[in-house]
Amino acid sequence: MDAQTIIAKRIALELHSGMLVNLGIGIPTLVANFVPAGINIFFQSENGLIGTGPVPEEGLVQKRLTDAGGRPVSALPGASAFDSAMSFGLIRGGHLDMTVLGALQVDEGGLLANWMIPGKMVPGMGGAMDLVCGAKRVVVAMQHTAKGKPKILRKCNLPLTSVRPVDLVVTEMAVIAFPGGRATLVETAPGVSVEQVLAATEAKLEVPERVPQMQI
Amino acid sequence: MQTIKLDKVVAMIPDGASLMIGGFMGVGTPERVIDELVRQGKRGLTVIANDNAIPGVGIGKLVTAGLVRKTIASHIGLNPETQKKMIDGSMQVELVPQGTLIERIRAGGVGLGGILTTTGVGTLVEEGKRKIEVDGAQYLLETPLRADFALVQAFLCDYLGNLTYVLTARNFNPLMAMAARTVIVEAEHVVPVGLIGPDQVLTPAPLVDYLIAHE
Repeated sequence: MDAQTIIAKRIALELHSGMLVNLGIGIPTLVANFVPAGINIFFQSENGLIGTGPVPEEGLVQKRLTDAGGRPVSALPGASAFDSAMSFGLIRGGHLDMTVLGALQVDEGGLLANWMIPGKMVPGMGGAMDLVCGAKRVVVAMQHTAKGKPKILRKCNLPLTSVRPVDLVVTEMAVIAFPGGRATLVETAPGVSVEQVLAATEAKLEVPERVPQMQI
Repeated sequence: MQTIKLDKVVAMIPDGASLMIGGFMGVGTPERVIDELVRQGKRGLTVIANDNAIPGVGIGKLVTAGLVRKTIASHIGLNPETQKKMIDGSMQVELVPQGTLIERIRAGGVGLGGILTTTGVGTLVEEGKRKIEVDGAQYLLETPLRADFALVQAFLCDYLGNLTYVLTARNFNPLMAMAARTVIVEAEHVVPVGLIGPDQVLTPAPLVDYLIAHE
């Protein structure tokens, strides 16, 4: 299983029927491919849709039905469309059960940096700041390291997305939660040892006596 | 509402005007108006929009043609030309969180003096802004946005100017139709009065100044 599949499959286990969920671009988008059978999720696309479905078959593309990256999607039965004020009212107003987004860095208190690298990459924050401030649960989907360097740090040195900490970080090596505001290793990926996770992490990780394996 | 030819309505937009342009990555952007702005070579524009699309699409065409002096947007990451112009200083870019941007536009259109949001508190976004505490929580005061012109893309427009939008092409359009001095609409279909039922109208006719004639 490749890194992205491990991450997406593990995050899919966080889904429960009836949830309203926003998936960001990249690895988060893949989570929709692994929704367990029998579970119905309302996926929100912040450009104005609840009920976002898979990419339509050839010949069924509607150019005014797109995801937040502008790519064609479909709409599932029961979908609804709305303007951007409603869309971000849902996000900021506490109506969104979960947001899954990518990260450049996360620190040991769960603070997230994911919108710019000063002097190098300034794409803009899009909806990320609102999503992290407003969603009931914030889940980060990212590779554990970038070019061999840890992304889970003692302290982020890139500009923060929000002062609200995230709830869960899922990588291809581990699942990390933040009970009491402290980064804690809660699961390891199949074939990955606690020592390997610690070696690839700069932040101080709390390690419970027993660390179960991801059930993916 | 007045029906008007495309070249005539764009001729009314002076160099240096501020424009709100509907659309999200080009979806819901009035493409004919954009093409005519490029053809007439309007310069020094301020463009308020969710994003700058990609080169060759929607607002991306204005950027490529060098017509934009400043953009206020939430995301420019998919338009490398905007990023390049921002870095070399030939274009000003003000980045605003998407939910804050739409609420600033809404505030401008509905007569509010601003909005309070937790989005951006404790980040670079709060620089230079007033912080206000309400019931123990910290909020940023974000000020209203208005523009000289709103360029709106609608699905249906009836003979009076009532509008509907379709699926994800709605996005910023109905909010912008309230926040500009002059509202210009490009509609996919023009239909008789009554075809859009009262409950289906998303932008009421009195808000629309000009409908671009189909040619």
